[in-house]
Amino acid sequence: MTETRSKLICRSVWKLFGNGAEAFLRANPDAASAPTKIAEAGLIGAVRDVSLEVREGEIFVIMGLSGSGKSTLVRCMSRLIGPTAGEILFDGQDLLKASAKEMIEIRRHRMGMVFQHFALLPHLTVLGNVAFPLEVQGASRQDREARARDVIDLVGLGGREGYYPRELSGGQQQRVGIARSLAVEPELWFLDEPFSALDPLIRREMQDEFLRLQQMLKKTIVFITHDFDEAIRLADRIAIMKDGAVDQIGAPEDLVMRPATPYVAEFTRDVSRAKALSVGSIMRPLGNAGARGDYAGELTADQKIAQVAPLLRAAGQPFAVVNGTGEVIGELVRDDVVDILMDG
Amino acid sequence: MALVWVAALALAILLWAIGSDVAPWAMKYPRDLIIPLKFWISDLMAWLVEDATFGLFTFTELTRGISWLIERPYRLALGLLSHGLLRGQGSDAVQILPPLSWIAIVATVVALGRYTKDWALAALAGGCFLYLAIFGQWQSAMITLASILIAVPFGVAGGLFVGLAGYRWRTVERVIRPVLDLMQTVPVFAYLVPILFLFGFGPVSAIVATIIYAMPPMVRITILALRGVPDDTVDLGNMVGCSQRQMTWKVLVPTAMPGLMVGVNQVIMLSLNMVIIASMIGAGGLGFEVLASLRRLDIGAGIESGVAIVVLAIALDRLSQALANKIPPEHSEAEARRPLWRRYSYTSACLAIVMVTGLLGLFAGWVQSYPEAWAVTTGSVWENLVTWININFFDELEAVKTAILLNVLIPFKRFLLGLPWIAVVGLLAVAGWALGGWRLALLCAALSLFNVAVGLWAKSMITVYLCGISVIFACLIGIPIGIVAAERERLWSGVKVVIDTLQTLPSFVYLMPVVMLFRVGDFAAMIAVVAYALAPAIRYTAHGIRQVDPQLVEAGIVSGCTRIQILTKIKLKLALPEIMLGINQTIMLALSMLVITALVGTRDLGQEVYIALTKADTGRGITAGLSVAFIAIIADRLITAGAKRAKTRLGLE
Ligand SMILES: Nc1ncnc2c1ncn2[C@@H]1O[C@H](COP(=O)(O)OP(=O)(O)OP(=O)(O)O)[C@@H](O)[C@H]1O
Ligand SMILES: [Mg+2]
Repeated sequence: MTETRSKLICRSVWKLFGNGAEAFLRANPDAASAPTKIAEAGLIGAVRDVSLEVREGEIFVIMGLSGSGKSTLVRCMSRLIGPTAGEILFDGQDLLKASAKEMIEIRRHRMGMVFQHFALLPHLTVLGNVAFPLEVQGASRQDREARARDVIDLVGLGGREGYYPRELSGGQQQRVGIARSLAVEPELWFLDEPFSALDPLIRREMQDEFLRLQQMLKKTIVFITHDFDEAIRLADRIAIMKDGAVDQIGAPEDLVMRPATPYVAEFTRDVSRAKALSVGSIMRPLGNAGARGDYAGELTADQKIAQVAPLLRAAGQPFAVVNGTGEVIGELVRDDVVDILMDG
Repeated sequence: MALVWVAALALAILLWAIGSDVAPWAMKYPRDLIIPLKFWISDLMAWLVEDATFGLFTFTELTRGISWLIERPYRLALGLLSHGLLRGQGSDAVQILPPLSWIAIVATVVALGRYTKDWALAALAGGCFLYLAIFGQWQSAMITLASILIAVPFGVAGGLFVGLAGYRWRTVERVIRPVLDLMQTVPVFAYLVPILFLFGFGPVSAIVATIIYAMPPMVRITILALRGVPDDTVDLGNMVGCSQRQMTWKVLVPTAMPGLMVGVNQVIMLSLNMVIIASMIGAGGLGFEVLASLRRLDIGAGIESGVAIVVLAIALDRLSQALANKIPPEHSEAEARRPLWRRYSYTSACLAIVMVTGLLGLFAGWVQSYPEAWAVTTGSVWENLVTWININFFDELEAVKTAILLNVLIPFKRFLLGLPWIAVVGLLAVAGWALGGWRLALLCAALSLFNVAVGLWAKSMITVYLCGISVIFACLIGIPIGIVAAERERLWSGVKVVIDTLQTLPSFVYLMPVVMLFRVGDFAAMIAVVAYALAPAIRYTAHGIRQVDPQLVEAGIVSGCTRIQILTKIKLKLALPEIMLGINQTIMLALSMLVITALVGTRDLGQEVYIALTKADTGRGITAGLSVAFIAIIADRLITAGAKRAKTRLGLE
């Protein structure tokens, strides 16, 4: 893999709710290692000393239980709220130093956000809602509606432009929310628990839809969820948050195979490893089979074991594993897969 | 706690028993210590009108500007609805355009009803307006409607802007809260005088007074509705890069619209409530008719105009409620492609009718204005009814009146008037301290001391007596009704219709039947106040009981409670905070009605305000008005604090 550059960097970001938060941090530089002090000062440590980087073009999932500070962290990243301390670099520009006007510009053209409860404007139709970000920018009616129709088609809502939000199901409403956030072609795309308010079946469908969109659009994405299954389905990398701090950041298989803290281990224990591990993580180095003809077939390195397992059942031969450019980089042996499936 | 109470009560009783001998100043506030506040206020007023200036312009110029701003649209509305568009002044004015014909106006109202809800509402609204025509109230009603049409947009817009400011800046909110409290508790009569001074006698003054009276709820509702906009939606506005203005007008206000429409309805209803009072300072129309008939003791005519106000109120109330609850249209693909006149079919239909009837009206007079010959009057019916009641039931009514007066009203009044003022102030302070800490104690003491210090103690006590006795009666009647109705779905929906209607009636309307049956005096006043203030006692009681968690009731049944035990030990207990708030509302309504009953000859603060109005004495009116407001605020704060304590004790919060 080639090294990609960082789109968004958080350095020691803090958000404490309560009076005198800044003074408290200045007086206690060691607060990160002494969480009890924060509560004693009557403050709520919603985000504590978080450092992370989101790479260009990846799906970065922030995952944690309710109240762990995920929303607060994302709201700091988009500067909907000001962090108490820290640095947030977006394409190298420090967002905390940006003026209100600059922030408006950045949000209008380079960021998009999808909300848990959709946040659709009840008085506008689907078309009006999707065109809303463009209307705010002052685009002409024709331009914005043409663009809005395009994104509405993209999310599969073509033909419903004239509907009002209350006439749509939850899943359809969130499609509108997604379309709206895409209307401005953002570089950085925040999704705060976009599917949590949906039924499990629809959630699954929306995840597929989301992956399909990302295949086409290749945005840089910060995705929040409290559902670990969702996280491993979607994520390139996952950050696990607990009580406002990040416990571990890594690819799904890292978290499953090498949990950094007991908390992460607890989290990943019940996860079916076949769903978390990718073909690439358990492949063997190229063996003596050598020629391609000896393999039962080809698999790509980023497919999950659970996805490919049915193929291996019948095959006697190992499978070839190829990378994104089609080059063979290893082989997958049936016994290894069976081991993982037995583990559960 | 208990000890403090016992001590305070003992002291008070001691003072009451022997005070007049040892400390006469504690019984009656010394004359030379009275603060001449009313003269100061009058002087301030004179200075404002004569000398005050803001540099660029003087105060008088400011009021003239406001006057102009209101007068212009009012003239236009009046012209359209009542006497046609005129050119020229006074008696040489020529009509260049006739007013809208009565048919056109009825048709417009019907269309509005159909547009906002359904044909039933259309029929109701149309029927109400037809009533106005048939019963000969059309002209007056249109004058009233014109001033409402002007007052409401001003009130709504003003309330919206103040509310927006309060939403955006916490400090603004902190400043306007107490001002709103005062605006809603100072009796209207009190600020009629300064308005008269500033704007002169006439419709403009009346509209200004109406706006001041009707605006506060709009401010409160605006703040509440904006706070109710979901956080996600505000975040969305920020994320798409809204400027302040876009945030307000494209995100906040549209999202909060349903809530804001409730405020609009409130403004309309309060404006209608002011119709009669406003006619005291120059609004013509129905209010003037009522007032004039009341003064002539022409019961029949008074009732007819009074009913016309009610009818107008019902029509406007239902229409504006329907507008507030209107379900926005379904999607429709074809909509945008239709021609303009079909897209706005209601507007087009109304315009067509306006034009057709306008043209026809030039030739056929009955199209233009409802012919007087067709008018029906019920005046004599009412007159006869009253005479009949008075002839047949005079003795019974009189007996009841005398009995209650002698056995309840007069002793209670004597008792209150005999209390030493120091003891009352002290007990109020103790109550404040017990319920809400030293801040509340200070507030109660200071506000009650105000009433003593401006020399209005006796009148305050009469106010408390009349208000207190009325509230007690209202509760004795209202709470049982609420309890009974709460448990029976059908009965409750019936009761709800009745109290909803009662609350649409302007307060003056209550005076008329009372005066007819009981003539003037404290008893008549009390009956009117009880009738006016009954609704919240019923509503809050029923509401409080209905919202008791059904699981708790089931728990009671399972542990073998009888019906009575469930009612007294579970439902009433848990509904107590809500019932207290109902009593609070009852007190507020009673106080506002009490001021109006000054017209039937009470001797309380209301009378003081009313006399000030007739004598155009600004200082006297405002001072007495503040006294009423302070009584209301003390009662409100004490009861709210009590309800809150009860809630915490019951674990409801
Ligand atoms: N405005 C605020 N004032 C005070 N405390 C807050 C505020 N916003 C959030 N918090 C607190 O910060 C903590 C983190 O909240 P946050 O909403 O970020 O959690 P979350 O991980 O998004 O949870 P959820 O899954 O429920 O959305 C919580 O304890 C919350 O109570
Ligand atoms: Mg959240």
